[in-house]
Amino acid sequence: MADGGLPVVARFDVRHRNYLAPDGSINRPLPAFASDADLLTALYRAMMLLRNFDRKAVALQRTGRLGTYAVSLGQEAVSVGIASAMRAEDVLLPSYRDNGALIWRGVKLEEILLFWGGDERGNHFSGPIEDFPFCVPVGSQAPHSAGVAYAFKLRKQPRVAVCMFGDGATSKGDVYEAMNFAGVHKLPVVFVATNNQWAISVPLRLQTGCETLAQKAIAAGFIGEQVDGSDVVAMRAAAEDAISAARDGRGPRFIEAVTYRLGDHTTSDDALRYRSAEEVQARWKEEPIARLRSYLVGQKMWSKAEEEQLAAECHERVEAAVERYLATEPRRPESMFDHLYADLPGVYAAQRRELAGEGDA
Amino acid sequence: MPEMTLVEAVNLALARAMEDDPDVVVLGEDVGINGGVFRATVGLQARFGSERVLDTPLAELLISGLCVGMAAQGLKPVGEIQFMGFLYPCIDQLVNHASRIRNRTRGRITCPMVLRTPHGAGIRAPEHHSESTEAMLAHIPGLRVVIPSSPERAYGLLLAAIRDPDPVVFLEPTRIYRAAKGEVEDNGEALPLDVAFVLRQGRDVTLISWGAMLKETMAAADALAAEGVAAEVIDLATLKPYDEATVLGSVAKTGRCVIVHEATRTGGFGAEIAALIAERGLTSLLAPVARVTGYDTVIPMARLEQHMMPSVDRIVTAARRACQFS
Ligand SMILES: Cc1ncc(C[n+]2csc(CCOP(=O)(O)OP(=O)(O)O)c2C)c(N)n1
Repeated sequence: MADGGLPVVARFDVRHRNYLAPDGSINRPLPAFASDADLLTALYRAMMLLRNFDRKAVALQRTGRLGTYAVSLGQEAVSVGIASAMRAEDVLLPSYRDNGALIWRGVKLEEILLFWGGDERGNHFSGPIEDFPFCVPVGSQAPHSAGVAYAFKLRKQPRVAVCMFGDGATSKGDVYEAMNFAGVHKLPVVFVATNNQWAISVPLRLQTGCETLAQKAIAAGFIGEQVDGSDVVAMRAAAEDAISAARDGRGPRFIEAVTYRLGDHTTSDDALRYRSAEEVQARWKEEPIARLRSYLVGQKMWSKAEEEQLAAECHERVEAAVERYLATEPRRPESMFDHLYADLPGVYAAQRRELAGEGDA
Repeated sequence: MPEMTLVEAVNLALARAMEDDPDVVVLGEDVGINGGVFRATVGLQARFGSERVLDTPLAELLISGLCVGMAAQGLKPVGEIQFMGFLYPCIDQLVNHASRIRNRTRGRITCPMVLRTPHGAGIRAPEHHSESTEAMLAHIPGLRVVIPSSPERAYGLLLAAIRDPDPVVFLEPTRIYRAAKGEVEDNGEALPLDVAFVLRQGRDVTLISWGAMLKETMAAADALAAEGVAAEVIDLATLKPYDEATVLGSVAKTGRCVIVHEATRTGGFGAEIAALIAERGLTSLLAPVARVTGYDTVIPMARLEQHMMPSVDRIVTAARRACQFS
């Protein structure tokens, strides 16, 4: 014993969950829900819609009709898998890259376009009314999720807060402070870190000295699990476990979704500046959509005809949303004052009139 | 009516708010059994339980961020930060979330939270315990910034802050936590926010201040009265949004204005008031607007801090000088 016989006071382990191999074969028996062909194809459809939507959003940005946009390319399984395990009455606290989760929860495509097109009305969306909007300051939504979960606990509501952020966010105190508090109070909250290997140009090995992000939960006193984030079955299964544990009062969980960002960080980024085309090319072999498709086709749960029909449906849905987005009436400038306070203080009402050209400045 | 200190009035308002509304939650470091480092929350945990009077881990960003999450769920969290010098980690949450989530979501999600913290110098505290950076907060759109200057106003304004549907930073003047005494009736009545209080009527010069500095400002008004100068004293009370009408109305009457704050001069809130008067009250001015403020230094530690803060003499001198213009 190199430690001179000192007793071990605690031991921890971190597990990794995966079912579908990159070629669509299975590594171990699938969870029960995977025998539901409707559910699996729904997950597939959601990922395909997201990929089509992303492609269109980038095209809109390139032609000056959308602002900076963050694509989910390669990460579709994470947000779809997580959201599919939530109930409507749970609360989602997403980062800016979790379009897939919002769409699953009922946010309209044109609302997401409105947001990235620079219009706050996109945040007054058709998803569950208590879901948070995209969070741009990295990791700052984590304390909110602890506050939301505390409210659930105080009011004895069987609801769960689900907080999503990237690997870069796990370097911030915000995330640790929130996890620590959630651990103290055994709050019904699930933290999901999408480890897509990059925070803009900074690779994971410069983000942390940890072997896994999942182990960060250990310091907060609860289970952290690593999940193959390109395997939507694993994501959904891990999310179900974590969310039901949280709902049953067994406290928070942390999910590290290990995946890869195949696209640029945003439309303002050029990822070739910091990583090679070969690296990205190699990762395309693991991507989540082809993986699930191979499995579904192998199981005769999916056909070529269905694939063609889905492609047409996605195209139609996205195009119709873009039309509605582009046809949205612009806001009057003075409306920027409309939701500043519950009741606009008189001193700012004068500024509002000035902006409205009602000359009173 | 019982006579009490300002900090006791804060405690009374918290208790009243918690009694009246089960959604009110008090949270912060040591607010539970210890009753807060200044005893503002004393007795609350025994009365309302540890779920509603919550000792948080030592993490200020968390406290402010928790408040945002709780408020989004319709709770009315009242967070305590032990000293203003430790409020800075909360700025991210105040600027990026609390103050704008209503606006960002077009009213879908709101943030009825209060963040309380002791404010200002003059208590011979360690470094970082004597901050008066209220101007930084008053710059944030969507926020309210409130500073009471008496037990009565601490009680009424804190009740108003807790009931307000938007986020409020409530700055409690540490120096007069115990020095200010007054009668407070626990009648559950709030005082209006966004409204200045005229503490004393006068014709010759307007003195404007807030928080603990009103002690020196009122003393200066007494000294000026002995010289035959009638000073009007305004307690601004809410700095964001502030009561421009009362300021302009008073200056229209007196023609002279001295603004008093202990915060450093450059970019201080006095500059905002002076600019307002220059824009909208210039024609009534008989003398330049004067500022009596802290110097542009770091607030010194105990041995020098009183030299940084405006004294009665400095206020009287500035008011006298204003009155020399006719
Ligand atoms: C607090 C903060 N710092 C910096 C930024 C600028 N920024 C935007 S995204 C990003 C990288 C985030 O990486 P990660 O958390 O891994 O999420 P990902 O973008 O990979 O989904 C940075 C530095 C920000 N938005 N917020």
